[in-house]
Amino acid sequence: MLSVLRQPGFWRRVRAMLTKEFIQLRRDRVSFAMIVMIPVMQLVLFGYAINTTPRNLPTAVLLQETSDVGRTILAAIERTGYFKITHRLSSAEEFDQVLASGRVLFAIEIPAGFERALRRGDMPALLVAADATDPVASGTALGSLNRIVQLALINERMLPDQTQPLFEIRSHARYNPAAVSSLNIVPGLVGTILTMTMLIFTALSVTREVERVTMESLLSMPISPLEIMVGKIIPYIMVGFTQAALIIGFGVLLFGVPILGNLLLLALLSTLFIATNLSIGYSFSTVAQNQLQAIQMTFMFFLPNILLSGFMFPFAGMPGWAQWIGEALPLTHYLRIVRSIMLKGSGFAELQYEVLALFVLMLVAMTIAVTRFRRTLD
Amino acid sequence: MTGAPDIAIDVKGLTKSFDGRVVVRDLSMQVKRGSIYGFLGPNGSGKTTTIRMLCGLLTPDSGEGTCLGYNIRTEADQIKRHVGYMTQRFSLYQDLSVRENLEFVARIYGLNAPVKSAREIIDRLGLHGREEQLAAQLSGGWKQRLALGACTLPSPQLLLLDEPTAGVDPKARREFWNEIHALANDGLTVLVSTHYMDEAERCHEIAYIAYGELLTHGTVEEVIEQSKLITYKVSGDDLQKLLHQLDGKPGVDMVAPFGTSLHVSGRDEKKLEAAIKPYRADKKFVWTRSEPSLEDVFIELMNRSKDNFQ
Repeated sequence: MLSVLRQPGFWRRVRAMLTKEFIQLRRDRVSFAMIVMIPVMQLVLFGYAINTTPRNLPTAVLLQETSDVGRTILAAIERTGYFKITHRLSSAEEFDQVLASGRVLFAIEIPAGFERALRRGDMPALLVAADATDPVASGTALGSLNRIVQLALINERMLPDQTQPLFEIRSHARYNPAAVSSLNIVPGLVGTILTMTMLIFTALSVTREVERVTMESLLSMPISPLEIMVGKIIPYIMVGFTQAALIIGFGVLLFGVPILGNLLLLALLSTLFIATNLSIGYSFSTVAQNQLQAIQMTFMFFLPNILLSGFMFPFAGMPGWAQWIGEALPLTHYLRIVRSIMLKGSGFAELQYEVLALFVLMLVAMTIAVTRFRRTLD
Repeated sequence: MTGAPDIAIDVKGLTKSFDGRVVVRDLSMQVKRGSIYGFLGPNGSGKTTTIRMLCGLLTPDSGEGTCLGYNIRTEADQIKRHVGYMTQRFSLYQDLSVRENLEFVARIYGLNAPVKSAREIIDRLGLHGREEQLAAQLSGGWKQRLALGACTLPSPQLLLLDEPTAGVDPKARREFWNEIHALANDGLTVLVSTHYMDEAERCHEIAYIAYGELLTHGTVEEVIEQSKLITYKVSGDDLQKLLHQLDGKPGVDMVAPFGTSLHVSGRDEKKLEAAIKPYRADKKFVWTRSEPSLEDVFIELMNRSKDNFQ
């Protein structure tokens, strides 16, 4: 084996090869960018954006009475750092609705007559309902509530003996009460797998035609860029649909993931998500110079989709800028859709914003694709 | 529709450059309907670029004109509908079968009965028995035939063929040209680029392009006559030595070996005669005055235009 190294001219030939590789690498700007972008992106995302014990989670409160004790308790809850009161509710319907829509992760209710019961030593209960579809996001925060019971009212005077807790917190983990992570992961996987496969399918479609010169023939025929795009996207919508059906089917069969919402709505919105990803992949295809570049662009897009969409790490726990990036990714919106429909039984009304977001992303991608598509060989 | 109805291609002053390098310079040409127009020139002379400008795949930097009466700048869509373009490299789908490729083309052009049209083309081109073969598995000659079939399928009025016979064996080439003549007989106009002189001689008219400029055009006889070239054929021994002695002499514009003889040509009869006089006395050589071949004319044209450019 080592005798190969001693053959005359071995290193000279290796050097020739190596020089050639460097020259090619330097010419390939996208590869060059990848060398720098991937580590930087990973580092920034992992370092700053991702937080496995998320803080400042959006919380809604429903105050059935206004009392000093109530305010003190709420302040104590906020002081834990895990909760951030973002919504004030006025009715019980709103309480359920705001949780189902996913706008908050927690909703706290202080019932009427809370303070009086407290002063009488009746041990009143405060209700904290959590959206437990993502057990990671809600778990730590719920755990911190125990200490509140002990310490929240310690400085309040004129209260009965405090050696015993004066009230209790009844926490209710909704949608996934047993905190089974597969219930959260399986719907998420539907989105992740679809993102990866759909992007790859169309990202290669135009570059492949250019590389195999078939584009030259195609351009000399009477067919418009829009017709080419639609014709290339539709078959993969069917492929994606089959894929989605498979993952959801196995999720239900093997992991017992429920589908509480409307199956037709799920199918419809999944199709929208599939079409959005295909359009994005297709737009990459019109920008990339060759198939390698298209794959690299797909990968660069896939990475933030995984990290910033709320699939791997709780969305609510990310800093604002990372949430903004997340909002521009289709997976973020689809995760909310698929988790809401499957685990919460949400309907179209609660998902309007996500549907709109997917539509906008799809139209932007299609516009880029059609305008970037070169109708000539100039 | 503009331009005379019997003119298929009518362009003036076409110029195109890539990254500051002029590839086609001030090119004007007219092609009559129903004729076979040969487009000759060395590699990189701008033949492909010109063809692409004619069918709307490239936008000329300047110049204008019509193809089948449609403006090449603004009416590319109509041109595409009536022009069949056969690319230099095989550009149909390698992973589709012969039949699938043809049906695809028929559908893109919106033919009423794509399956039937594809079958007709398969019959006409003798692709029978191969219709289910993948294009990738076809040999060069069959690929070329399939490509021709694909571009004649939508019944175009004009065919643009870019070096269609490159790398194809002589028999397949001959059959290909018979097919082209049959198509032209049916009224189709054909513009074909080639390197082969024998193919040039099968064209009704030819044009020679080098370094992006159209140097001459006309029928083969006209082109030879226009060149005003006087050629002597020399046969005998030791021609290689004679070639070196004559090359570069004043009056001798070109010396080139052709098989067992040498072609010595010049534009100025007197100077040429003077230059070869000493060698004509040599008994070793047999000198005969002859018509210059098309190749003589082209190589001489190319040498001359090279001088102009350098």
